[in-house]
Amino acid sequence: MADPPVAEGSHLTSSEVASFVAHGFLRFDELIPPALCSGALAEIASGFEPTPYGAPRDSRAGQWPGRPLAELWPDSRAIRPILLLPRVSGIVESLLGPGALYDHHYAHVIPPHQRWSQPWHADAILDPRPLAFDIQLFFFFHDTPRQAGGTMILPGSQFRRVNESDISRTQNFRGQVATVCRAGTLLVCHHGLWHCGQPNQTDRPRTMLKLRLGPAAQQLRRWDLRDVDDPTIVQTLRTEHLWMGSAEARLEIVHRIRLWRYLTGNDRFDIDHWLTRIQDRQSP
Amino acid sequence: MVTRQQLLFLSLATPNLNSQVVAWSLFDGTGRTTTMAGDSEVPPYESVLAAMKDGWRVIQVPQLTAALPGQEHQTDFPRFEYVLEKLQDGGSPRG
Repeated sequence: MADPPVAEGSHLTSSEVASFVAHGFLRFDELIPPALCSGALAEIASGFEPTPYGAPRDSRAGQWPGRPLAELWPDSRAIRPILLLPRVSGIVESLLGPGALYDHHYAHVIPPHQRWSQPWHADAILDPRPLAFDIQLFFFFHDTPRQAGGTMILPGSQFRRVNESDISRTQNFRGQVATVCRAGTLLVCHHGLWHCGQPNQTDRPRTMLKLRLGPAAQQLRRWDLRDVDDPTIVQTLRTEHLWMGSAEARLEIVHRIRLWRYLTGNDRFDIDHWLTRIQDRQSP
Repeated sequence: MVTRQQLLFLSLATPNLNSQVVAWSLFDGTGRTTTMAGDSEVPPYESVLAAMKDGWRVIQVPQLTAALPGQEHQTDFPRFEYVLEKLQDGGSPRG
């Protein structure tokens, strides 16, 4: 079973994809309609589908990873329709290409008065792929004020090569951002983005559904390319995040140049001649 | 009365001890304060030098190492992390 084609006008723009490359995430406020948010929370509260994380290989859930997303959860009354929303499927196709593969999901339900933060970490294990990437969809189905925590993210950290919680000795970074948002907000993150769940000081549980997806094909020119030559894209890719320091920020820009080349197929794209200089002067 | 150690980790924008703090952590051996990821938006000091002026002792400085061939562009942990300590009165010894 394949999902229907993504509706015209639902894909990301080049400027949005460049923002993803520079910051490691995109945020879409109140994207999911209230009725589907309520339905999703009800599905999660009733058990939804078990996560394959930690599931035995021969269990039903254990056989999901790697299968096309289109095959999953056909009976879901809210979460599957959310994934079929034109804008959601357009975002996924823009970043991963057609036929995205399911990796895993996890419904994070943080109880009331949870006082402790998760330490900073990148999910799963250190991923040695130099360019190809997975995405993680973080769905916030109810209002999430700062007192409820929200997932804290570190913009621009997606290319840092650390394994899971190896970064956990550090508690705070300049420019860290807690996801404080209204119901229906979707955060789309590069798999390598550093993040940590924040304490929930409210009287209500906090729910966030995470869904990791991977590419089934090369991630090449999958979005709305009409603005691919927009000069503001270079400015976006040059963003220096305060926590990096100015010298390492330059190296992060190098990573972005490489990823932008990979995504656009333009092997001559460059900023300040940094990679061209190296490529064109290989001899001693 | 015995002393207890407080450790302050300050990562800087450059190796210069007077450069801006970009990441930080505090671990308090006295037990008077508890800290965790994401608990503050503003660093306790603007630089390592500013912390030294407030009585923190630098007990470790980051080694400056050249990039390995082929890894010149790799980034991972904050590079310029300094470790500082204060010794504080910490109550009676256990046992």
